[in-house]
Amino acid sequence: MNNPSASPQPSPEGKKGLSLMKGLKCRECGRIYDLAAIHVCDFCFGPLEVDYDYEAIGKILSRGEIEKGPNSLWRYKYLLPIKEEPTIGLHAGMTPLVRADRLGKALGLKNLYIKNDTVNHPTLSFKDRVVAVAINRARELGFRTVACASTGNLANSVSAHAASAGMDCYVFIPHDLEAGKVLGNLIYRPTVVSVKGNYDDVNRLCSEIGAEYPWAFVNINIRPYYAEGSKTMAFETAEQLGWRVPDQVVVPIASGSLLTKIWKGFQEFSSLGLVKRHPELRVNGAQAEGCSPVYQAFAAGRTQFIPVKPKTIAKSLAIGNPADGYYALDVIGKSRGQVEAASDPEIVNGMVLLAETEGIFAETAGGVTVACLKKRAEKGAIRPDDLTVAYITGNGLKTMEALTGYLPEPVGIDPNLASFQKIVHPS
Amino acid sequence: MSVLVRIPTPLRPLANGQNEVQLAGGSVREILENLVNSYPGIRERLMDEKGEVRRFINIYVNEEDIRFLDGTHTRIKDGDELSIIPAIAGGCR
Repeated sequence: MNNPSASPQPSPEGKKGLSLMKGLKCRECGRIYDLAAIHVCDFCFGPLEVDYDYEAIGKILSRGEIEKGPNSLWRYKYLLPIKEEPTIGLHAGMTPLVRADRLGKALGLKNLYIKNDTVNHPTLSFKDRVVAVAINRARELGFRTVACASTGNLANSVSAHAASAGMDCYVFIPHDLEAGKVLGNLIYRPTVVSVKGNYDDVNRLCSEIGAEYPWAFVNINIRPYYAEGSKTMAFETAEQLGWRVPDQVVVPIASGSLLTKIWKGFQEFSSLGLVKRHPELRVNGAQAEGCSPVYQAFAAGRTQFIPVKPKTIAKSLAIGNPADGYYALDVIGKSRGQVEAASDPEIVNGMVLLAETEGIFAETAGGVTVACLKKRAEKGAIRPDDLTVAYITGNGLKTMEALTGYLPEPVGIDPNLASFQKIVHPS
Repeated sequence: MSVLVRIPTPLRPLANGQNEVQLAGGSVREILENLVNSYPGIRERLMDEKGEVRRFINIYVNEEDIRFLDGTHTRIKDGDELSIIPAIAGGCR
């Protein structure tokens, strides 16, 4: 069997290529590898990351060049790890950056924005960004089958993108996911494998499966490319703020990848001169109390986290052994940010607060972000005038179970005016 | 105390091709020291400059990650099994 994951197979360099990738580089020991479907350093087992030719990119890229691009994340294609024009996932990204005055008033913040990925295309979460990148790269590398280990949103996005690309698709999920996230896979007709275990079990199993089959596991052997898609959350934020970097960001932590890539995105824009250097950016992390290895490490002043066994309604954040946990801790520390953790009731309250003030229905992860933003504001760590962006990464319609029993029932009336006036008595 | 130590695929060439070896020691740390003393090529792959286990390598005693136990101080008893698993490489277990 031809096994692309076993043999490095750099695709043609293509002098007219879009992205100026030099290779893959180990984040731990710095060893350099070909641009293949590999994700682990052979020597020290550290994760690999795409290494770009920033000097060349700097000569091509400008604000004007970006502004001329499509209304999607592909306007930043020179900083994304693909070599040819994208053909799949053309509408991901460029989600609204909402000025959140009503939520800000409730929290005592005058300069608050919500990056609203509840309306990302096509599957209503930020995962549409990373998958758009991963699928195009997987096709460049010659794969015909795409797969993932997922807490739900990723599987939805991989399933949808695979369907539109006409690729075979296998998604692996924990057995106890929300109904909306399970159905949100099945409709696209992939093979959905429900694993009797938690996400960390699923992930470990997928690592073994990935070694046996020539598949593009977007968050395993394609991870160095896939993860780069998250940088577009920062690129869009900066552009939508008028080419500025916020003072504070609040980012939910699952694997920790999104948080580190948002930091990287702002750093890239700064070093390329697209935004003013902004040494004050503070990156804050948000975790659910029932799955908070990064929070616990940070609170104890450790640079290493201890894995936990998750127990939280925020299932999309229920990763007890976060792949990028070390790097998330590093970014939070060096940006002088903090990590907060939210209990299940605080998560629901966060979801409700966001909905009733801004009209945005976020999934449980969004509740975590809002609850942790609230804690940061109450402690005065985010000051009223700080330009603050909270990242809302998924849609509430996918996690409706979390709200069971928390919201009032609809008011029932008979179909006549008298009944309405008697029972509802509108003011 | 003698335990079975499972060697991940990438390190097997450095352990004379063996996928498991029998080693003595009362704690995880002692066993790892014995391992790298017996097979010196493994040392730089398994441990950083300070002699600590590299952070993208996980150690399991009887299927339990030692970070849930007592880290490298975890005590070992006869018949235990110790597995060395690259954290994100997979396929070795």
